[in-house]
Amino acid sequence: MGELAGMGNGAQARVPDLAIEAHGLVKRFDGTLAVDGVDIAVPRGAIYGVLGPNGAGKTTTLRMLLGIIDPDQGYRCVLGSERPTEVARRIGYLPEERGLYPSMKAYEAIAFLAALRGVPLAEGRRRAKAMLDEYGLGHAADRQIRHLSKGMAQQVQLIGTLIHNPELVVLDEPFSGLDAINQGRLEQLIRGLAARGATVLFSTHVIAHAERMCDQVAIIAGGKVPFAGPVDVARDRLRPQVRLETRVQDGAWRKALPIAARCDVKAGGSAFWYFTLPETGVEPLLRALIEGNAGILSLSIERAGLHDAFVAIAGEAAAKALEENREEAESTGRRGRR
Amino acid sequence: MIPERLRAAWVIARRDFVAVVFSKAFLFFLLGPLFPIIVGFFAGMIGASVQHDLDKAVIGIAMPAQQGDQLVAARTAMADQMPGGAPEFQIIARTKPGDTFDARAVLKSRQLAAVVTGTLDAPVLTAPQGRVDEWRGVIGLFAARARSGEPAVLPQVGTDVVLTSAAREHNGQVVTAQAGQLLLFLLTMLLAGMVLSNLVEEKANKIIEVLAASIPMDALFLGKLFAMLAVSMVGIAVWATGYGAMVVFGARSIPLLATPAVGWPVFLGLGFAYFAMAYLLLGSMFLAIGGMANTVREVQTLSMPATMMQLIVFFFASFALARPGSTIEVVAQVFPISSPYAMLAYAAEHPGLVPHVIALAWQAICVALMVRGGALLFRRSVMKSGPAGPRKRAAQPA
Repeated sequence: MGELAGMGNGAQARVPDLAIEAHGLVKRFDGTLAVDGVDIAVPRGAIYGVLGPNGAGKTTTLRMLLGIIDPDQGYRCVLGSERPTEVARRIGYLPEERGLYPSMKAYEAIAFLAALRGVPLAEGRRRAKAMLDEYGLGHAADRQIRHLSKGMAQQVQLIGTLIHNPELVVLDEPFSGLDAINQGRLEQLIRGLAARGATVLFSTHVIAHAERMCDQVAIIAGGKVPFAGPVDVARDRLRPQVRLETRVQDGAWRKALPIAARCDVKAGGSAFWYFTLPETGVEPLLRALIEGNAGILSLSIERAGLHDAFVAIAGEAAAKALEENREEAESTGRRGRR
Repeated sequence: MIPERLRAAWVIARRDFVAVVFSKAFLFFLLGPLFPIIVGFFAGMIGASVQHDLDKAVIGIAMPAQQGDQLVAARTAMADQMPGGAPEFQIIARTKPGDTFDARAVLKSRQLAAVVTGTLDAPVLTAPQGRVDEWRGVIGLFAARARSGEPAVLPQVGTDVVLTSAAREHNGQVVTAQAGQLLLFLLTMLLAGMVLSNLVEEKANKIIEVLAASIPMDALFLGKLFAMLAVSMVGIAVWATGYGAMVVFGARSIPLLATPAVGWPVFLGLGFAYFAMAYLLLGSMFLAIGGMANTVREVQTLSMPATMMQLIVFFFASFALARPGSTIEVVAQVFPISSPYAMLAYAAEHPGLVPHVIALAWQAICVALMVRGGALLFRRSVMKSGPAGPRKRAAQPA
């Protein structure tokens, strides 16, 4: 294994069980900063989600990781190679903007995609027909792409992405354009790929998919990665939310509740209390409520969902970026006035 | 084992070749160049006799001094009365009795259609067969007039038939060179246009991103370029078969081009090599342009300067053809884009293969640089993420 290049803190040893490793990726287009120092580490065999708002830099990041475009700065290593196109045969890629030759028959289109990844044409055709049957599209094998529905064409392209049994599958917004049934099938398929040892990296802005499927996520906002790691760790960025129901709504025990606690009084005189779990935990509070005869009727402590964590993390990053932009603008203005 | 780039280029070339050859557009591609040929065929039939009459043929006179002058004077006196005019006479030698004059050698070396030697009593016409048939009687008439003022006795005109004359050969070779240049230009423009529209179609279909992720960009370039080259070979084969059939099956008035200086087999081989170079140079330029464009309209706008430049280069090469040995001809032969045209013309007019080996090597270097540069430019411009405002870092959460 070689050593990392372009790292600020000197060379470090590569981690051998990473399918993708990137540090400090930067990309500008005509002066516009699209990606600003992205770090990402995808373990082999993981289902890894790249989450971010529209225009955050997800697609540009994926394109850099795949070698479709080169970063202006930074280091990337995919399946052990610093030149991703050299390991292209081991990668399957479904771009966000789907595309097939309209005049090609479905099985020919898949065989062509297989041939691009090194599968001989005859073998590609054989596999294409078998996989189309497996996916319930056998009847469409001889139909031209232009005569398929959008959803069917999308499935044909997905089959073309997987036809060569790639070690690494990169899917850019794979759920967009699919109905609920096909979204469910795609989720199953992704889990199946991971089960057979493939690494799956996909981007999405629908957090529910990532929460259900991903082992780890990277949240991209404003071209940066404010968070990367296991889904649980992302959720733990936010304190759990407590929902407490008391029989009475007032008493000396109220002083024990956090100041920011929100109250929702019910018709029978009982009350619901909503607040963030205190750093000290819930036990001292419960003790105070019991001693103050608050009459605890119910208690639930819920961990934050990935959606909430995402909104918080991405929101913070966006706010920080806005602040940086404002400061930069002010600084430029001051220089201009001088 | 085949290198990965070549394998990838082969996959692209195979797909493009099949897609183009089995498309309706290919029929139009095949028929397109036939229109000027058909028009040329009929125009040629009508114009052949006219052209024949309008030829400004010059006959060299090598006779004893006074007799030569008399013959020229007779020609001048009678020319106006002859329908269709009379050939020009030019005294090329004033012989003395007993001198021998090698008319055949002069015909090979000088731009003359025929040579008249001997005396007024026994003139000898040395010329290709067609010219002998045409001028034998005329020369006899002029000689009779030169001898006695009013022709009383027609002298017997001796003949010496040569295969061809330098003038005829050179003029024919110039026509061959022009035809070669024109064919080269038409084919190159057609194919470069096709490869460009093919690329734009791929961008419109969004498949380009899959291709870019799967194979090296220069393999994509090479695949596309060579697919169209193969397409052109199919086209040329069809056209050649059609032309051959027209010649074989009785269309005798189809103009046959003069044999080029290097001979037909070598000329055809060089023609294909120069066509390949011209097409690869222009095709890679067009592909690089295609990489920057997203719509057909953008392609039209961007490719217009390249098309105009190609037209200028073609005219430049044709211009240079008429100035053999000049600096202009050398510049046309060296400048990469005009080089294939100029060198093809050179092959038609001059024997020898060494200049072509050098020219092809030079053109191959230029092609390699152009393809590499085009691929780099293409790679930089084709896969940009769409602009998302002045600074993406200000993006809001969804």
